[in-house]
Amino acid sequence: MKNKKPKIIIMSGYGLNCEEETKFAFESVGGIADIVHINDLIAKPKILREYDIMAFPGGFSYGDDTGSGKAYANKFKNHLAKELAEFLSRDTLVIGICNGFQIITNLGILPGALTHNKNGKYIDRWVDLKVTDSSPWLKGIKKISLPIAHGEGHYVILKKEYEKLKKNKQIAFTYAKGEIFKFQNLEYNPNGSDYDIAGVLAYNGRVLGMMPHPERGVFAHQNPMWHKNKKVSKEGPGLQIFKNAIRYFAI
Amino acid sequence: MILRIYVMGKAGNTKADSYLIDSKLSKKELTKLAEALSNPILENYYINESPKISGFSHAIEIGFLPGVTDNIGHTVKEMATDMFHFGKNADFHVYTSKIFFLKENKKEEVEKIALTLYNPLIERAYISPIKSKKINLPNKIQKVILKKNVPVTEVTLSVSEEELIKISREGIKDEKGLRRGPLALDLSSMLAIKDYFSKLKRNPTDIELESLAQTWSEHCKHTIFANPIDNIKDGLYKTYIKGATNLIRKQKQERGEEDFCISVFSDNAGGIIFDDDYLITHKVETHNSPSALDPFGGAVTGIVGVNRDTIGFGLGAKPVANTYGFCFGQPEDTRALFRDKEMKQKMLPPKRIMDGVIKGINVGGNCSGIPTLSGFVKYDDRYRGKPLVFAGTVGLISRNLPASGGIRKKLSHEKSAKIGDYIVMVGGRVGLDGIHGATFSSVTLDSNSPATAVQIGDPITQKKLSDAIVKEARDLNLYNSITDDGAGGLSCSVAEMAKECGGAKVYLEKVPLKYPGLAPWEIWISESQERMTLAVPKTKWKTFKKLMERRGVEATVIGEFTNSGKIVVMYKDKKIMDLDMEFLHNGLPKHHLKTEATSPQPSPERRGSSFPFQGKAGDEVYTKVLENFLADKNISGFSFISEQYDHEVQASSVLKPLSGPGRINTDAQVFRPVLNSNKGVVVSSATYPSYGDISAYHMAACALDTAIRNIISVGGTLSHLAILDNFCWCSSNDKTRLYQLVEAVKACYDYAVGYGTPFISGKDSMFNDFKGYDDKGNPIAISIPPTLLISAISVMPDLNKTVSPEFKNSGDVIYLLGETNDELGVPKVNLEKNLKTYLALEKVIQKELVASSLSVTSGGLGIALAKACVGGMLGCKVSLSQICRSLASADLKMFSESQGRILISVSPKNVKEFEKICAGIFCVKLGTVSKNNKIIITDGKNKVVETTVKKLHDIYHKFSNSQK
Repeated sequence: MKNKKPKIIIMSGYGLNCEEETKFAFESVGGIADIVHINDLIAKPKILREYDIMAFPGGFSYGDDTGSGKAYANKFKNHLAKELAEFLSRDTLVIGICNGFQIITNLGILPGALTHNKNGKYIDRWVDLKVTDSSPWLKGIKKISLPIAHGEGHYVILKKEYEKLKKNKQIAFTYAKGEIFKFQNLEYNPNGSDYDIAGVLAYNGRVLGMMPHPERGVFAHQNPMWHKNKKVSKEGPGLQIFKNAIRYFAI
Repeated sequence: MILRIYVMGKAGNTKADSYLIDSKLSKKELTKLAEALSNPILENYYINESPKISGFSHAIEIGFLPGVTDNIGHTVKEMATDMFHFGKNADFHVYTSKIFFLKENKKEEVEKIALTLYNPLIERAYISPIKSKKINLPNKIQKVILKKNVPVTEVTLSVSEEELIKISREGIKDEKGLRRGPLALDLSSMLAIKDYFSKLKRNPTDIELESLAQTWSEHCKHTIFANPIDNIKDGLYKTYIKGATNLIRKQKQERGEEDFCISVFSDNAGGIIFDDDYLITHKVETHNSPSALDPFGGAVTGIVGVNRDTIGFGLGAKPVANTYGFCFGQPEDTRALFRDKEMKQKMLPPKRIMDGVIKGINVGGNCSGIPTLSGFVKYDDRYRGKPLVFAGTVGLISRNLPASGGIRKKLSHEKSAKIGDYIVMVGGRVGLDGIHGATFSSVTLDSNSPATAVQIGDPITQKKLSDAIVKEARDLNLYNSITDDGAGGLSCSVAEMAKECGGAKVYLEKVPLKYPGLAPWEIWISESQERMTLAVPKTKWKTFKKLMERRGVEATVIGEFTNSGKIVVMYKDKKIMDLDMEFLHNGLPKHHLKTEATSPQPSPERRGSSFPFQGKAGDEVYTKVLENFLADKNISGFSFISEQYDHEVQASSVLKPLSGPGRINTDAQVFRPVLNSNKGVVVSSATYPSYGDISAYHMAACALDTAIRNIISVGGTLSHLAILDNFCWCSSNDKTRLYQLVEAVKACYDYAVGYGTPFISGKDSMFNDFKGYDDKGNPIAISIPPTLLISAISVMPDLNKTVSPEFKNSGDVIYLLGETNDELGVPKVNLEKNLKTYLALEKVIQKELVASSLSVTSGGLGIALAKACVGGMLGCKVSLSQICRSLASADLKMFSESQGRILISVSPKNVKEFEKICAGIFCVKLGTVSKNNKIIITDGKNKVVETTVKKLHDIYHKFSNSQK
């Protein structure tokens, strides 16, 4: 199983739209990534066995109609529930980014739910994140700045469930005051998420869901602070998350 | 059976979603569907019972009118189909609506609020009192019921000229004697058609006449640019626009420079070289008339429509960036305007139009996964009657695509339908939406404007179509040609493609419909969205069809390409249209247009950007003037728009719409369309409608100069820069307006040739006029100011050299490049001097000597300094005394809008080399960037401005923040 180039399946179709840059991010750190349309996976569900990592990328599946992530998650559940359970029972990794996060909370493999931003508007800008708990995805990262772009990024969780999350170490990221906050002086929690939560974990940290987009932070020039100091590394902060995933299978 | 599911948020909600369902689902199935429609953490569902509503007195239900695209309903149907394994024609219909709860007790008040919640052209409202905490809405479905009998009628053209004009203005009479909507053909066109059919010894059918009206519309034929005008016998387009491009290409070839134009003016978008492997395309459209009636729907269709122009470029380019531009009336203006004398058809106020349009581009762009990068907003009372909505898309396509038979390659920008290929329609279905869109947008907006001209886009249907075509079918070589179904619908797309092989035969009954009962002519010209027409070889049809099915995209064979020289349309075995292509495409009679010079109306006081300017030298005066100017919403920031548009999807962001810690709007943006290449694409645009009041020639020259300068300022390359024109004019029957048009077009030619920047695509919209009535029933006419938008696109060799506009570090030295003249009115563009400046600027940016670079535009140097300071959240200490000694007063130095100028800052270590390169051009050292918050501008001994960055920051963002 280990010590090899992992294979990544990146889901697509019905309005998901970040699959190409997610593939680019995984491949630029040594993964082998395939973009697979959900209908092709439904037609041949067995191919899931060939993969080590499953990514639900960002996008606007079904236009967010009836609530973000619902319709895509329903389709996935209707046809692929068994295969998903089987995939999770292996030593695999799963990531859901933005709409992908919304989908996998609706799939029920992550706790909580995502709803409309507190001001009701879609927002695209960079934020700072503090890494709270540990996960194969988050090795060596304590804080990180990444972009968000969403209309339904407000993470909702009941107090009781939140206590459970804390206890089980399932909080991946919280919005925090870091260098982007210092740079642009905007609200650090951009969408009113409960307990500032920006990303959560499950399955011993193997499943990660996050609203910010690490695949949009793989080059230094994507960071709004780059123009002030171009002499930094060419890499963007988000790349580490993809490196970690690949390393998980290499060591 | 008709049932209703309500879904309502758990947290103190003032609204609910409703799904009215017409189906035979069992109770168990219905529960399963309701569960799928709600998230148990966030929402509760109610089946056939009202949620408990406490603390509210009324409910307002807002739903769509019959036949209006209901995207959510579409998704619910797909969910149910997937869940219950329905067949293709399942008996399952869903009608969605939103329910708002109000505390107001008085019915009149509730009715007033309802009016602000819906648009009667596309939506309906139902008000219901809340009794014993329950809402009681009738389970009435909004089905489209059309007459069953839909004959094709003949239209007699052997009538008086008055009757011909009437047919054209109001439409063909239907069987009930009602007119169907404008054909918008002039008398000579009507006579030409009459003549054609009298030679054939028959009357035209309604579909033939409607088809001709679409193809010959101003919208499609651009007659004003095509016809001879004064002594310009080949017309404006051929002589000046295409003429400039041809000359530039010839000159480049003669000089041995790279001619980067690959496909210009011949396709849905213009295509230039990106690198050895890729082409980059650009196209900018307008969607003004629909946006006036239904701002949201109009803007969505505007942006997804221009996306289709990209998908329809060559064999299909991938959209990689969106651009936008809005011209609105003043949002504070609440005067009532009506389209009709009876004052029943009320125009939406500017604020509603603005909010709807902004949201439309949001939904269209964000849902499609295309970064919306570049944009501008202008406000002027004269956009009150018709707003302008520009929407553009940049595309990317491999230069070579796999051809049949293994490793053979073919050029991606070439396409040709072949005789015998199937005519295939893919994407959405056809309904009544968008009938007469092309003809309607070619005339004045008034009470004859048809409501059916409005369409609502469905970005997800199009996204599925787009992905299936440009990411799969194209590279599998499954079709020979493709074009977009836009204006005129199938009638135009089929007729256009038929040119490639010489004819087409269509079986109209095969076209999939949204609902039954459409007349053949309606199917033929409907502009229902999200459709493209392809030429698919018979041998590849099965593979193509299967692929589309797997991607959830509907594809239907509707006919065959032929070489008959004719467009033949059949409907249920009857030939209902039989037109010679020669007549259809070339039968439109030519007119010789004439212009009449306007006596220029410049009052010398008239300021280019219209701000009240009075004052003498002295601190307070200029500080206040600068601050007032910065507060003008034509100059201040619009981050509330930029940040609600996803500009980082596709991970290509280099220079964003907002820059620096102070988040100023950038004038040009840079992105990386190919992630493993260091090459960047730069886009920008410029328009100066207010200059046109004085000189259309200089207005055009300034727009062109600014669009180019914006690009060079951030690191673009003049030798690899192309431009696009969008003429939005008014009253184009008026000779003086045509005179202004000719002036503007001549400037386009002079400056494009001068800078060596070819036009690659363009569009015009010539009748942006409103004729209606004010709140007293008095006639009122509002025309836009002639508006020319120039968009520019350039390729930069190394995106790491991008320079952003805001000041970076205290101690950096500030320079002004370019000459400042006494130009508070309309500036004149000095081509030779500017050319030198731009080439020097390119050099210093390439050598990485520049810390910041900001193109000086509206508001002159004063505003440029304010923006650079606000962007960097840094102060500055600047002296104006070195700027052109012949300028007497500080106000000229501060606010002259002379073109060709760039505000630069340079790190002290690079000053020597920078000054050496700039020795031969106008380059004035102004001062330094300072660490403290203070902005101090002096002129000689006088301090003319003293203010703080913090204060200017708040002013710059004030209007934008008020719109959040």
